[in-house]
Amino acid sequence: MSFFDYFRKRPKSASLAKDRLSIIVARERAGGSRNDRADYLPQLQQELLAVIARYEKIDISNVVVSLDRHGGSEVLELNITLPEGSQPPASGSPRPSFA
Amino acid sequence: MSKVVVITSGKGGVGKTTTSANIATGLAQEGLKTVAIDFDVGLRNLDLVMGCERRVVYDFVNVIRGEAKLQQTLIKDKRVESLYVLPASQTRDKDALSAEGVGRVIEELKEMGFDYIICDSPAGIEKGAQMAMYFADEAIVVTNPEVSSVRDSDRVLGLLAAKTSRAELGGQPIRTHLLLTRYSPAMVKKGEMLSVGDVLELLGIPLLGVIPESKAVLQSSNKGTPAILDETTDVAQAYLDVVSRFVGQERQHRFIEEEKRGFLGRLFG
Repeated sequence: MSFFDYFRKRPKSASLAKDRLSIIVARERAGGSRNDRADYLPQLQQELLAVIARYEKIDISNVVVSLDRHGGSEVLELNITLPEGSQPPASGSPRPSFA
Repeated sequence: MSKVVVITSGKGGVGKTTTSANIATGLAQEGLKTVAIDFDVGLRNLDLVMGCERRVVYDFVNVIRGEAKLQQTLIKDKRVESLYVLPASQTRDKDALSAEGVGRVIEELKEMGFDYIICDSPAGIEKGAQMAMYFADEAIVVTNPEVSSVRDSDRVLGLLAAKTSRAELGGQPIRTHLLLTRYSPAMVKKGEMLSVGDVLELLGIPLLGVIPESKAVLQSSNKGTPAILDETTDVAQAYLDVVSRFVGQERQHRFIEEEKRGFLGRLFG
């Protein structure tokens, strides 16, 4: 450590630890580590994708399912981006068959 | 009324077994009939820390499987009246602990009139740890002022709120307490260690006590004598306070601030 370093204020490691922990703890709580009810989110995303894929060619990254918390209530957010230029399926386009 | 208390943490090596041994001993010293159960199947250690390893004949899994009676398996402490140890098994069978079997043993201990049933949890969040917390009324979460320990403690708090008998039956939630161990006020002062306040803010559960980093912990486990029995050490004082608070007495928190040392103390310390 040089003489001048002595006067320079460096961030203390404890405050770094606290900042990193605040973020990870908040994220894990929201992700369901304190609430295992939201375990189904990845599966929900897969199943939604399977349903949408029957009508539209769509990439998995265009289906986003997330669970947010606002005060006491939980909000399930579903965001599906349809490909550009997509059209509502005309009759004769692939549909589930009821044969 | 019996109380089932789990000593848990998620992370290993933070002081669960030391805490179980000291709190069980302290409660028994208060005249309360206490048993400490080692849930670490395959890695039994509470017997060593309590100094009764040579007196183990049967173990927890023997009792669950009906191979031994509870009375003949419990080891009565030779130093403190009304203190007992139920040692873990050294079997490698991971499924040796069943919820049904553990529940039956805890029920029998309650019928035997134990005031406190202390469950020393293994590290991790697998079966053994889940069984140790499943029947708990209260939980003492042992945490070091260190990032991985705090994160794991938070995860364990999630499990306590979701994967226990009280959570599943919709009863009163388990009462949780934070015990901060291996605390070094000098490092906190220099900004090199998370402070009590930081950890409390992150975990959001009430503080039961702070145990200072001390040589006395290693020395006591070397001897197989819980530190609380030698009242001259700071660790013993800290655990005595913890036990008093746990049974509902008021005790000022100590060992949070750096000890003030005089000029001579600094010279010869």
